Amino acid sequence: MTDKLPPEVAAAHWSKTRGLMWTTLAIWAVFSFFIHMFVSSLNGVVILGFPLGYYMAAQGSLIVFVVLIFWFSSRQNSIDEEFGVAED
Amino acid sequence: MAMSMKGDFTDNLGKIYSVYVGGFAGFVVLMAIFEMLGVPERIIMWSYMAATIGIYAFIGIMSRTAVVSEYYVAGRSVPAIYNGMATGADWMSGASFVGMAGTLFVLGYDGLAYVLGWTGGYVLVAVLLAPYLRKFGAYTVPDFLGTRYGGNAARLVGIVVLFCCSFTYITAQLYASGIIASMFLGIDFGLAIFAGLAGILVCSMLGGMKAVTWTQVAQYIVLIVAYLLPAIWMSTVTFGIPLPQLTYGGALTKIGEYEQVLGIAKSYVAPFQNMSAFDYFSLIFCLMVGTASLPHILMRFFTTPTVREARKSVGWSLFFIFLLYFTAPAYAAFSKMNLMSLFVGAEGNLLPFSSIPQWMLQWGSIAGHQLVTICGVKAETIEAITAACQAKGFAAGFPFAELKLNNDMIVLSTPSIAGMPIWVVGLVGAGGFAAALSTADGLLLAIANALSHDIYYRMIDPKADAKRRLLISKILLIVVALAAAFLARTKPSDILSMVAWAFSIAAAGLFAPLVMGVWWKRATNLGGIMGMIAGFGITMYYLIGNVYGFDFVKGTGDEISWFGVKAIAAGIFGVPAGFIVTYVVSLVTPAPSQEMQDFVDRLRLPKGGTMMVAGH
Repeated sequence: MTDKLPPEVAAAHWSKTRGLMWTTLAIWAVFSFFIHMFVSSLNGVVILGFPLGYYMAAQGSLIVFVVLIFWFSSRQNSIDEEFGVAED
Repeated sequence: MAMSMKGDFTDNLGKIYSVYVGGFAGFVVLMAIFEMLGVPERIIMWSYMAATIGIYAFIGIMSRTAVVSEYYVAGRSVPAIYNGMATGADWMSGASFVGMAGTLFVLGYDGLAYVLGWTGGYVLVAVLLAPYLRKFGAYTVPDFLGTRYGGNAARLVGIVVLFCCSFTYITAQLYASGIIASMFLGIDFGLAIFAGLAGILVCSMLGGMKAVTWTQVAQYIVLIVAYLLPAIWMSTVTFGIPLPQLTYGGALTKIGEYEQVLGIAKSYVAPFQNMSAFDYFSLIFCLMVGTASLPHILMRFFTTPTVREARKSVGWSLFFIFLLYFTAPAYAAFSKMNLMSLFVGAEGNLLPFSSIPQWMLQWGSIAGHQLVTICGVKAETIEAITAACQAKGFAAGFPFAELKLNNDMIVLSTPSIAGMPIWVVGLVGAGGFAAALSTADGLLLAIANALSHDIYYRMIDPKADAKRRLLISKILLIVVALAAAFLARTKPSDILSMVAWAFSIAAAGLFAPLVMGVWWKRATNLGGIMGMIAGFGITMYYLIGNVYGFDFVKGTGDEISWFGVKAIAAGIFGVPAGFIVTYVVSLVTPAPSQEMQDFVDRLRLPKGGTMMVAGH
């Protein structure tokens, strides 16, 4: 089983997994903190009555988080399959 | 409905919950018909409570179990989407349901720190922790810490942190369920607490995690319907479109216009009016990291069949949580707009005393709470309000600025304020009650399981058989629940305000050792233990020092403040401290054994089943 996995395969799998982790966390940080630093200028744009800065904190970032997790889990899944370490 | 199932839900989930949703919809329609037939309000309210508690009890009893793995992790058979709903109910507390829209109503943009903070943390859960904890296959979070960091010392520190963040939290849930039950049923608060206690125990005692999971799914459905319906109602009445999340842009515009007319300086949508940008972002940080560290949330991801499902399940959890959290700002905006419009129409923008709406007096005069205050007095009678306002120089009426509503009443009172029928009011009550019960159930299991599994089984009597372990679990469950209920009964205001601390405590005490335990092989036993102690210690020191000072009395002038950080964001010190101490101590202690490094390697590969099979 997993014990027979050659160390270099495990290392390659982990380095890809780590890469995905950093990418996902970078997107997370942008939508958790970074864009909200510009709320005052974003509020100048009003769509359907929503000031954009307000909208991003009330709805926009949340939608990004939901999509991000599903995207992450399908990416991680294909990494696992690529290295043959996914569950049967 | 599930009579032919022999207690096993998992093969027929779709069918069972379709029947359940249909039955629930039918019940709500029945209540609407009752109302038209002139059945008294009181009976409708009682029917809502009785029917929902009845169904939770039914599910709880049907899911009773004598199998250890079913009791602790629902037999690891919960599909991603159902675990998502259960996590949603587990996560959204009475306070989220009742208070979130109210917080936004009062704080405007700044309140969105809670909306962001309580959702974004799930990204951290999905990426950093859930799949690995699931692979490990522990029953509890301290179980993982104990195994990764070499035994009972780490386990014990983990339990202390868990207890500190979970026990205050469960007390607050029982308090919330008591408030809701007493308001809607018109019974004494002390009695209502025990209604809540009964509601919690019937769900959890016989079937542990298995029963709690399936009741939480049912509770999620009740609470989300109860939350969305009034918002959809208001949106349809105001804009003709039943999508409040889209139409409240119109309400925001209206609020802006009203602010001009009423001369209100603080704009509802402008940032950083009630807290500084630094406070805003540090609060978001602490809430997010705290979310990713709360044991009662992490343990929900132990219940999925596979690692793959655990990841996906985090996505579903956030989706179901999102449904409520992206509606809360709409709720707040509609309520604010409706309330402001009362003043904009009136002469001189002063609401005449003679046209004070009935609901203000009704909610204002509820004993023991300050839900509505006008001109600084409790809104009990028109005479009292008139006298207080005249003393302030308002002869004919009072301005918007003199009206103060308690955060917690916005959601509960909106249906009656907006003139919705009593069957909607009752539904909202049932939803709030479901939210409080489901969170309390999750917390109760987190505490009782840590005590029974980690302390009793792992540390005191590792030879105990399954029957004995489950018996001990159930006894501890009742003891913890009773203790929380008795504490909640005393209305401990300090404990209730401490709930907000739970996030910082969990974040500081658990996040660094959990994450580094998975992502850094070099993290050593002593590193992990010292990291937990440092993070937890600094945060507790700051919390107590900031709120009480070290004479443990509020407001005596010896309180500390570092860079002006608020108590609620105390984790901003503890989280980095946890990481730094774990890192430094690990580097100065010898590297973990080859065995431990192999253990971490296996943790990182989904294939090969759970690791902790032996001994269970």
